[in-house]
Amino acid sequence: MLSFLQPEFLIQRDKDRCNSCGLCVKQCSFEVHQHDKVKGTVLSDETKCICCHRCVTMCPTRALSVRKNTLAFRRNSNWTVKAVREIYKQAETGGILLSGMGNPEDYPIYWDRIVINASQVTNPPIDPLREPMELKTFLGRKPERVDIDANGNLQVKLPPQLELEAPILFSAMSFGSISFNACKALAMAAAQLGIYYNAGEGGLHKDLYNYSRNTIAQVASGRFGINIEYLNACSAVEIKMGQGAKPGIGGHLPGEKVNEEISKTRMIPVGSDALSPAPHHDIYSIEDLKQLIYLLRETTGYAKPIAVKVAAVNNISSIASGIVRAGADIIVIDGFRGGTGAAPTRIRDNVGIPIEMAVASVDTRLKNEGIRSQVSIIASGSMRNSADIIKAIALGADAVYIATGALIALGCHVCQKCYTGKCSWGIATQNPDLVKRLNPDIGSKRLINLITAWINEIKEFLGGMGINSIDSLRGNRDMLRGIGLNQKELDILGIKAAGE
Amino acid sequence: MIIVDSRNLNFREINEQIKLAAQKSKYINLINVNGQRYIGTGLSSSVNITIEGLPGNDLAAFLNGPRITVNGNGQDAIANTMNAGEVIIHGMAGDTAGYAMRGGSVYISGNAGYRVGIHMKEYKSSIPAIIIGNKAGDFLGEYMAGGIVAVLGLNLGKGDSIVGNYCGTGMHGGVIYVRGHVGNHQLGAEVVRKEMKENDYKKLEPLLRKFCSYFKNDYKDIVKGPFTKLVSVNKRPYGSLYAY
Repeated sequence: MLSFLQPEFLIQRDKDRCNSCGLCVKQCSFEVHQHDKVKGTVLSDETKCICCHRCVTMCPTRALSVRKNTLAFRRNSNWTVKAVREIYKQAETGGILLSGMGNPEDYPIYWDRIVINASQVTNPPIDPLREPMELKTFLGRKPERVDIDANGNLQVKLPPQLELEAPILFSAMSFGSISFNACKALAMAAAQLGIYYNAGEGGLHKDLYNYSRNTIAQVASGRFGINIEYLNACSAVEIKMGQGAKPGIGGHLPGEKVNEEISKTRMIPVGSDALSPAPHHDIYSIEDLKQLIYLLRETTGYAKPIAVKVAAVNNISSIASGIVRAGADIIVIDGFRGGTGAAPTRIRDNVGIPIEMAVASVDTRLKNEGIRSQVSIIASGSMRNSADIIKAIALGADAVYIATGALIALGCHVCQKCYTGKCSWGIATQNPDLVKRLNPDIGSKRLINLITAWINEIKEFLGGMGINSIDSLRGNRDMLRGIGLNQKELDILGIKAAGE
Repeated sequence: MIIVDSRNLNFREINEQIKLAAQKSKYINLINVNGQRYIGTGLSSSVNITIEGLPGNDLAAFLNGPRITVNGNGQDAIANTMNAGEVIIHGMAGDTAGYAMRGGSVYISGNAGYRVGIHMKEYKSSIPAIIIGNKAGDFLGEYMAGGIVAVLGLNLGKGDSIVGNYCGTGMHGGVIYVRGHVGNHQLGAEVVRKEMKENDYKKLEPLLRKFCSYFKNDYKDIVKGPFTKLVSVNKRPYGSLYAY
């Protein structure tokens, strides 16, 4: 069948600079570049280019660049180039469109319409370079009241807590969706930073048990790699009910990615599809969720917080209230920008609500019901920088999960082709030649750099507000103002307009 | 033998008592069990537990070695994500028995509910098995990725169907043996009938012999069948659904 799809990108090869060394041929996992044996030059098949910049970055003579193919279609604000191309693709394949990463569409980003307060004259700012700033965060159910004896000792048995040096965690990414080296980089960074990473659904590779104290185990509908050893090795257990990139949709790890190591960790045969159904088939109600929460408590000796992760959807505040009443210690809310290794494009781009709205409405609802202290809230999807984190916490989150940001630190160029398994940066792939491109030591260093920089920025924000502890920011919406938002949006976010 | 009277104990207390008892004896008898959930959760020793009464949901979840015998019916999610060991139910089992089970075996003398064997999976020598004495509900072996499910139809009434509808929907591994007739309309789109081979009888023999010894059935009679063998069409039922 003749393909109507013209290349999305064009390779520009500077002939004066290219010495036909062929490094680009080796580096491109999508096989864009090929030797022309007759002419002794290198040619490019641009139809395969996905714009990952691997060849551009590695070219020793800087001969390569990638440009958007600006091939003209007649202007049409309705039938956009994207809309037309997607129809071509579906007409040629008959398939559901797949995408990687989070929703890239042109919806409002509320983070960018919220500004942060600072102290002036009264309640002076604090300089974080010279004065202590407390970012320590405890995630878990807090007791209704605290009694202290005459010696200052706590007289209440605290429910299990996760102790973090900063309110940031690495979000669930399974070994399978990402490479072993990527998992290891996250694990090493989490351990060194005193935070946690989530192993995702797929079990824990035996070589990562060293980092299990900084690991959150995930129990999802496929129950891959779940056994008592794994659950007890990790510091918390997260029940995954849904994720922001594909609310109401399960996950498919295609059989071709299930190699020997993945097979061992997931405990399934090599080459078998790893299918996670959309629902947990033992959960049809809040009561059923409670049953699984208490099963996991019973399994882990009541020593670990149990988290429940849901996608941000229409009735998120009622859902969250139910989750608290089911006994969860932590609720994870994943907004519609949340990332993924593979999601049906239409679902990713059209289902769910923004995390800004979700976290604000959940915090408000739980406070109104008097149950906010019974649970910690982790917001995710997506936190692009420290300002987003400050805003999320001021809207009511206890901490945030980051994933895409962490992968970008490791070299991800957000080409959105994770589902092909050909990630040229060694992240979303199981091909050993590609995996070794990501050095876990260097990767963890990059992650530590990123989080350290964000921590310092968070401290500067806090100091500017005259606050010396992240606890004083939590749910402190008076520190936020909205710009260009209508009254309804301001009401849901629980913030005033700038100038008010 | 240590007897644990479960009357007025909650599940946490029962499991604590089991762990204490398991240090002293290999045989534990739970009496007066009345709906308590999670009995035997994550237990790893080689202890034998006999339950008198009705254990609640998630009996033997994450079980990792023991043998649990129930003299009566069980409820939902028996052997949830079980790893190793044996569960023997002298009666009926509820829905989703053997959910995501990865090893060990479950023997049920009577009927089993909906979605039994859902997402069972196998890995190398660890092949889970569920043997159901009479009939099973809809969605038997749904999403099944490995292991063995056998339904024997030993006590079918007139007009009873040995399995429900959507049998093997989404199945992509493992095998279901049904001792009786399964209509085409009862099969999920992802399963096909295959002829019984010698190897199938080899797989079934130790399981059926145990079943017969536990429930006093005649092995020779049961093994006569005839069995309908159901396997998945392929390992990747939804591989062609997407545009790459």
